Amino acid sequence: MQASGQDAQRTSERPAFMELAQSFVRRAIAVCTTTVHGAVCWCGTVEPSEGRLYLHWARSGQGERRVIAVRINGTDHQLRDDPATPLLWILRDRLELRGTKFNCLSGQCGVCTVLVAGQPVRACVTPLSSVAGQDVLTIEGLASSDGHPLLRAWLAERVPQCGYCQPGQIMTALALLQRSPRPSDAEIDATMSGVLCRCGTYQRIRRAIHRAANAPGKGS
Amino acid sequence: MASDFDAARRRLLKTGVAVGGGLLVGVAMSARSNPAGHAAMAADTFAPDAWLRIGADDRIELLIDRSEMGQGTLTGLAMLVAEELEVDVNTIETRFAPAAPEYVNPLSGTQSTGGSTGIRAAWEPLRRAAASARGMLIAAAAQRWGVAPQTCRAQRGSVRHDATGRQARYGELASLAATLRPPGEVRLKAREDFAVIGKPTPCLDAPAKVSGRALYGVDVALPGMLVATIVRCPAFGGRLQSFSAEAARKVPGVRAVLEVPSGVAIVGDDNWSVLRGRELVQAQWSPGPNSELSSAAISAALGRAVDGPGEVLAQRGEVDTALSDATQVIEADYETPYLAHLPMEPMNCTAHVQANRCEVWVPTQAQTRAQQEAAQAAGLPQRAVTVNTTFIGGGFGRRLTNDYVGEAVRLSKAVKAPVQLVWSFADGLQHDHYRPTNYTRLRAALDDKGRVRAWQQRVAGPRRALGGIDIPYAIPHLRVEGVNRDPGVPTGPWRSVGASQNAFVVESFIDELAHAAGRDPLAFRLQLLNQAPRHRGVLELAAHKAGWNAARSTGGYQGIAVYYCYASWAATVIDVDRDLAVRRVVTAIDCGTAVNPETVAAQLEGAAVMGLSAALKESIQIRGGAVVQTSFADYPLLTLAEMPQVETHIVPSEAPPGGVGEPGLPPVAPALANAIFAATGRRLRRLPLRQALG
Repeated sequence: MQASGQDAQRTSERPAFMELAQSFVRRAIAVCTTTVHGAVCWCGTVEPSEGRLYLHWARSGQGERRVIAVRINGTDHQLRDDPATPLLWILRDRLELRGTKFNCLSGQCGVCTVLVAGQPVRACVTPLSSVAGQDVLTIEGLASSDGHPLLRAWLAERVPQCGYCQPGQIMTALALLQRSPRPSDAEIDATMSGVLCRCGTYQRIRRAIHRAANAPGKGS
Repeated sequence: MASDFDAARRRLLKTGVAVGGGLLVGVAMSARSNPAGHAAMAADTFAPDAWLRIGADDRIELLIDRSEMGQGTLTGLAMLVAEELEVDVNTIETRFAPAAPEYVNPLSGTQSTGGSTGIRAAWEPLRRAAASARGMLIAAAAQRWGVAPQTCRAQRGSVRHDATGRQARYGELASLAATLRPPGEVRLKAREDFAVIGKPTPCLDAPAKVSGRALYGVDVALPGMLVATIVRCPAFGGRLQSFSAEAARKVPGVRAVLEVPSGVAIVGDDNWSVLRGRELVQAQWSPGPNSELSSAAISAALGRAVDGPGEVLAQRGEVDTALSDATQVIEADYETPYLAHLPMEPMNCTAHVQANRCEVWVPTQAQTRAQQEAAQAAGLPQRAVTVNTTFIGGGFGRRLTNDYVGEAVRLSKAVKAPVQLVWSFADGLQHDHYRPTNYTRLRAALDDKGRVRAWQQRVAGPRRALGGIDIPYAIPHLRVEGVNRDPGVPTGPWRSVGASQNAFVVESFIDELAHAAGRDPLAFRLQLLNQAPRHRGVLELAAHKAGWNAARSTGGYQGIAVYYCYASWAATVIDVDRDLAVRRVVTAIDCGTAVNPETVAAQLEGAAVMGLSAALKESIQIRGGAVVQTSFADYPLLTLAEMPQVETHIVPSEAPPGGVGEPGLPPVAPALANAIFAATGRRLRRLPLRQALG
């Protein structure tokens, strides 16, 4: 868990264009680059599975910021924010998706965990630039599908007390279940220990993950 | 949120009639004011704490004077209403009351959520209010149908007349009911007819909390709102000497960098701008009067303080004589550290100061104090301040102190805009109002049969650390003294307050006496608790469920402890293995009537986690007048992997409800220390235990 935050920070130090290019290589279908004028580039990538077009605007000159395209909970956003802005503040301040909470702002507590390309990251230490062209899933996205098995399990085990850390707990658990559909106690302990809960809901979190893992028709 | 409702309520107070096409019932939580919990009365004779409204649209709203921080009070209160009103608890909408004189509990003189009082204060009056409303709805139906009220009954949100098969929903009856006189005598349901109370009930707020929809303080967003953070002097009582704001002001999005009483504030358009600005502020501080303060110096000073006499807190018999005549005297010193609260939601408050009014949105446990803080900071009368309470991302007592409210209000006033102040994590850790430290010296006398003849306890520390001392044992000669010494570190209530630390002292020392007498710690306690049946009850239940004695055959080690606080009794048995890993925590509670056993279980689990975290790991360290720790890396909390199996058991009881949020915590630390003694023969008298184990 700690590692994902550090990865994110490393990513932010890459030159913007390299990072953009790498994100395309990852998606790796069709990349076209056209010089429009001066140093402005339009780049597009088509994803075959969804037939969708991502457009990126990069400009090396002063003043204007490049547009960073991110898909959040299935909706595309073209963002002109400072690429170093942590994803947390993009979600909360810019897009008003305040279901993602925060506390330590240093990647230690896990409360702000969201999924980027299916991987759990700490949004407080994940720069916007590192999620360019990626899919981001937050608690709002998960909760938009009615009765997701994980949320049903969370309710059935009556997990929340104050509730503040629960979006981070749930998103971390979601990534765990996607990686390991029937996680052992040891896997749960190793993964979920990255998200702190002062109310002490840990025992119910364990049970809820097992319940979701065993739920009929589970899926993401 | 509650504004329409509140406006209707205020009109009601003024005019004395129900408004808004519904039935509005006020509830006096305090036994001293109108005990019947009556409807729509003249304002000058009635000061209700809660309001129940049944709308013509069938909505049932409960406006209450309590905060919800995970302790489940909103659900418990709704259950009390649902029981007597004969409605499904899930149809009740709960809302947080604003700060207002009519919500002040005359007994405490303040509107606040603490001391595990939520359910026990509401137990009688809220049920009476709901029963009153039920009676009025039945009377309205009877009048409409021209039948005797006795022939009608309430069921699932309707009134029915079985003989004619007629029925009417509450919403259809509410306006007519509002014109009727409230019943003089209200009869509450018999216990055997309870359909809601005592049934495990999911918290009403859980769906909002698992979907990210619940509104916490940090989620408040107002048009034109700016955000702010404050750079503070690390040392307690230090002052700002100078600061340079040039670099911070150049950060795009930063609107202002200004001196405030607690340091330097950075105000801007969004959090990222403000946080970048914060990094660039250079502040110089004068360390202030506490610069020599250190944990070692505090410990040494309190250790000296117990040499001298203190104020007598409890006394019976002739302790000095009994001690000098004793065949065996046991002596021990115990010490407990400062602790941080560290709720997961940062300290925060959103404030909007305008010419003649001020409004704040805040996750607070203390509305009255929040209002006072805001009024003082705004330079306005208290009544000009509206307090909106949000969901609270963890309280544990921290949000009974509202320092962040005054700060946010000052900033809003200074920049003439709504401002949301959010504390940094390090500030939350370094500028908490800590559970105080204390230092205790004990002496006890055993006679030649191993019976405890005398107990002398002298505790030194801040006033708050001298309370919550429960010694229920039948000891003929006893004296407890307190030496009030405050080293200068800010303190505040921390879940179960004095009991959180003094249980460790009392229940470890009684364990020492049991071992000195060569007795089983459980049997030893039970023998001394002949006159304390509820202590015995929880001890016996916890011991039975934990398999006391039986566990030893499996290679485990057990410790036990019992404590009373906040009107409930709790006992805990902890199992550790050879490596001292905590395997299981079994807690039994006698909290009288368990209104929501689900909440009781959750609170006991939470108390076990927080209690273990504190007992094993937590200790605020002071150096140079400041807190040393700055992050979770150096102030670690218990994690999920360290979470043992926790079992909770409730003593069946028909007594009125006791507290639930706090009483589960005190026995955890001594039960663990006693288990470690059982495993190792080492008596650990200083918290946290992991540090003591080395």
